[in-house]
Amino acid sequence: MIEEISRIEAEALRRVDEVAAIDDLRLLESDLVGKRSPLAEVKRAMGRLDEGQRAAVGRRLNAAQRAVSDRLSARRAELEAVVLLGRLEAERLDLTEVRSGRDAGHLHLVTQVIEELEDTFVGLGFTVAEGPEVEDDWHNFTALNFAEHHPARDMQDTFFVDLGRPREVLLRTHTSPVQVRVMEKRPPPIYSVMPGRVYRNEATDATHLAVFHQLECLVVDRGITFGHLAGTIDMFTKAFFGEGFSSRLRPSYFPFTEPSAEFDIQRPDGSWLELGGSGMVHPNVLANCGIDPEEWSGFAFGFGLDRLAATRHGVGDLRELMSTDVRILSQF
Amino acid sequence: MRVLLSWLRELAPVPTDADAVAEALDDLGTPVEEMTRLGEGLEGIVVAEVLALRPHPRADRIQLVDVAVGAGDPLQICCGAFNMAVGDRVPLATLGTTMPGGMRIERRKLRGEWSNGMLCSPAELGLGDEQGGILVLAPDVPVGAPLRDALGLQADVLYDLEVNPNRPDAMSVAGAARDLAARFGVPFMLPAPEVTPSGDPASGAVTVEIADPDLCGRFTARVLRSVSVEASSPPWMQRRLTALGMRPINALVDISNYVMLELGQPNHPYDLALVGGGGFRVRRATPGEALVTLDGLERTLGVDDLLICDGHDVPIGIAGVMGGAACEISEATSDVVVEMAWFQPTAVSRTSRRLGLRTEASARFEKGCDPEVIDLAADRFCALAAEICGATVAPGSVDERGQLPERPPIRVRTARVNRLLGTDLTPARIRGLLEPIGFAITPVDGDQDVVVPPWRHDSTAEIDVVEEVARHHGYRNIPTRELTEPRIGGLTPRQHDRRAVRRLLTGLGLAECLPPPFLAPGQLERCHLPPGGIELVNPMVAEESVLRPSLLPGLVQAAAGNLARRIEDVALFEIGHVFLPPPPGQALPDEREHLAVVLARREAPAAVEVWQVLADRLALPEPAVVNAEVAGLHPTRSARTTVDGREVGVVGEVAPTVLATNGIDERLAWLEVDLGALLDGPRRPRTYRPVSRFPASDVDLAFEVPDAISAIAIERTIAAASDLVWSVRLFDVYRGPPVTGGCRSLAYAVRLQAPDRTLTDADVGEVRSVAIAAVESAYGATLRG
Repeated sequence: MIEEISRIEAEALRRVDEVAAIDDLRLLESDLVGKRSPLAEVKRAMGRLDEGQRAAVGRRLNAAQRAVSDRLSARRAELEAVVLLGRLEAERLDLTEVRSGRDAGHLHLVTQVIEELEDTFVGLGFTVAEGPEVEDDWHNFTALNFAEHHPARDMQDTFFVDLGRPREVLLRTHTSPVQVRVMEKRPPPIYSVMPGRVYRNEATDATHLAVFHQLECLVVDRGITFGHLAGTIDMFTKAFFGEGFSSRLRPSYFPFTEPSAEFDIQRPDGSWLELGGSGMVHPNVLANCGIDPEEWSGFAFGFGLDRLAATRHGVGDLRELMSTDVRILSQF
Repeated sequence: MRVLLSWLRELAPVPTDADAVAEALDDLGTPVEEMTRLGEGLEGIVVAEVLALRPHPRADRIQLVDVAVGAGDPLQICCGAFNMAVGDRVPLATLGTTMPGGMRIERRKLRGEWSNGMLCSPAELGLGDEQGGILVLAPDVPVGAPLRDALGLQADVLYDLEVNPNRPDAMSVAGAARDLAARFGVPFMLPAPEVTPSGDPASGAVTVEIADPDLCGRFTARVLRSVSVEASSPPWMQRRLTALGMRPINALVDISNYVMLELGQPNHPYDLALVGGGGFRVRRATPGEALVTLDGLERTLGVDDLLICDGHDVPIGIAGVMGGAACEISEATSDVVVEMAWFQPTAVSRTSRRLGLRTEASARFEKGCDPEVIDLAADRFCALAAEICGATVAPGSVDERGQLPERPPIRVRTARVNRLLGTDLTPARIRGLLEPIGFAITPVDGDQDVVVPPWRHDSTAEIDVVEEVARHHGYRNIPTRELTEPRIGGLTPRQHDRRAVRRLLTGLGLAECLPPPFLAPGQLERCHLPPGGIELVNPMVAEESVLRPSLLPGLVQAAAGNLARRIEDVALFEIGHVFLPPPPGQALPDEREHLAVVLARREAPAAVEVWQVLADRLALPEPAVVNAEVAGLHPTRSARTTVDGREVGVVGEVAPTVLATNGIDERLAWLEVDLGALLDGPRRPRTYRPVSRFPASDVDLAFEVPDAISAIAIERTIAAASDLVWSVRLFDVYRGPPVTGGCRSLAYAVRLQAPDRTLTDADVGEVRSVAIAAVESAYGATLRG
């Protein structure tokens, strides 16, 4: 009987080794270890043996069963690995061929600059204020201390809007009317910046736009001095442009500030960039907005954004900022 | 405004270091726009005498000029200018010379004729702008001499200054010198001309009447007799005039210009014999009164314009702007009357602007001249005329005065100065800064009363004087300070949300654009939008004369442009202002901030999807679309977007007719919403809804629903049927048999779950029944089997 077991075992192991497909292995498994398998037959026949033989045959039978079972497991693992390998090979992808139809989307260069500037000033403790683009004479000129016959009120400089009141309604020529609106609306202290679109009735060329953007900074509080103006511009310069940059003020003239100053930014290489205008808020402007200029003082500074937006990416012609050409918009 | 360093130094011993002076000018608020070092690069240029002028045999625009440069044979030069005559002395750039502009002079042939050098214009020599021809030198300069010696050119520096409206004093060499002298702490000296009058007094020769004293503050006349008009001005004067951009004409005109440039006082010499009635009358023009000005143009005037008339009341000049042709100095002139006046600045400015006529005189008058410098300027004129033109100066002047601006004392508080500037200046320091620029100080209890000089009419208030203190103290010497008080900065929720919208849209792959907000007339109509956009009074071009009431025309145009360039993926958005007619009683337009999205080659649902994610991002309450016909949009593929039942925008596709009109043969999906209203409007409460740990059950429900019923309404009804409904998703829409005509099948996947248990079949069945009943009863829909 021992021989019979050995024969069955050898036959079983041979058949396991010969199986080439995982499905055949599954069928073979029930043939070799199931209830009707030859080894099961042997086990059933063991009852007829005497006790002495039974122990020895039993040990041999267990060993054979274990051997067949182990060989099945091993063979299953082999065949499964082959299947997996085949599947993986079949799924091979060349990832260099992938080209997304998706687009990350593009914020306009001017928006990017405005948001960066807003963030810079928010970091310095400022809020952001907004106002309408169509303004009245009061907010754009009169409240800002422009004389009645100031050249800026001329048709050559300002777009007037035809609403039946000639020269009264216009496209704002600067963001300063938002200053007036802010001061009229709430009492000092005021620490605000005002980004926005402005309009000048001037011929457009590579360095001048009739429609462009400015950002203006306004502070009104007790004890604000020209020194604070210079210090704030310098701090803003370093915060926005970088630590290596500095600023300087040069006397200038604006109707709504006095003393007035141009401010320039010095780049780390020593060259200068004329950035914008600034000054102490003119006492007449404060008074026009219902603020007592003896109690409160303030400063303002402002500058154009389009040139900043354009030059940082090497856009040489400011008119490109107006373009709706996707070939331009999708670059940034 | 141009000044020469040598001229400045004649009035004040400022440093010879050109860069130091330039820096001081910058620092004083008269920035140097351009600095030119003169008299450099003129080596190799000599004085030549024109011996003969011959036509070029083969060119009309070039002539052959034989010149002598001293010893040696005459040289043949080809020259493109024709303004010289035989015997003239002209500058010749000899062979091998490198011109100030960098050009090297070589012997070369022009149309077959040799040119052995180049005759030079003032511009080519870096001596001025004049392009009119070759510089013709004074007849007495020695032939063969270096041009530098002949012109008496020392190395000099020319500054071109920008002058602000609050610096009338800086419109003259003397004014710039005064400011610099104060900065450098050196003395400033005005010229002190010596006049020796003789003959009959001026008062007997000429009369002056100021009829409108509000516009003419002062008018003086001086008389010069036996003036040699033919004389030319001396080289030093010509050199200065040329450098400052004025062409030497004759001695009298040159003196006139020289005095204006030096002292800032415009003036006008008339031929006394031609001044009708032997006098002047200054008055407003009558409506429609006309005058031919020196430039030969007839000018029509009005009552705001001031005229200088002769004794017969015949206009001979526009006050402060330009003289007339009538009383011009000519070769026949012998006696001259010199007028110097002060005109009201805004009146001159208005007239000059209205006529489009800006002159050296008007530029000075409109900033505000010094009415008191007239005496010195007149003496300067007379002394120079006596010296150069051999004129006899008549004793005295005729001097009438109208209204001049008053200069009352201004109280300037020391504490106020320091409080505004952040400085610690003493009264003595303030005085030390102001007195050198002519501000007169009277100390008052630690403060000061300040009387501004007559050349500073711009300064009328304490703050103006504070600015002068700051300017001369030096902005860079004011200690900078940081804002130190802690403050709460930040964006408003509205501003945060606007940024969130931008991020969302770029996340969807869209590109932002910012086209200008102007439309052409008819552009609204071409987009089937109601006409009547607000118009500009003075557009730059007609194509940009209407303010947009909608973002549609601009973005349709943008899409058309891109599609025409064969750009396939046009997915743009814009956030910008639109302008609707003012609400009743308001002066300003109803200005709103809109958001628009245009997707080329996409159909309406793509735009609806953008609306849905936008509504989701902003947590808008009850966002929906309501099918509707919308102006400009596809009539059967458009809807209004609503929030809580309120209309906030439109969505769909651009109307095929609009596409055709704009030359577009692709579909455009479109969304435009009133972003301002959305940002300001209500939000859905965003409180936590617990998720269940128990398994969910799914039910699919398909209804046959009349086309008139919105899919969102069905969805909302199912969602409201039970608390157990977690989500409802429309997953299939089908039209066609066996669905009844006029209806479509809408299939929804409904997910149910309870927070505290696994749902039983009974639970699911009940919700299903309730939902079906609700939908069927509310909308006449029927469940499909």
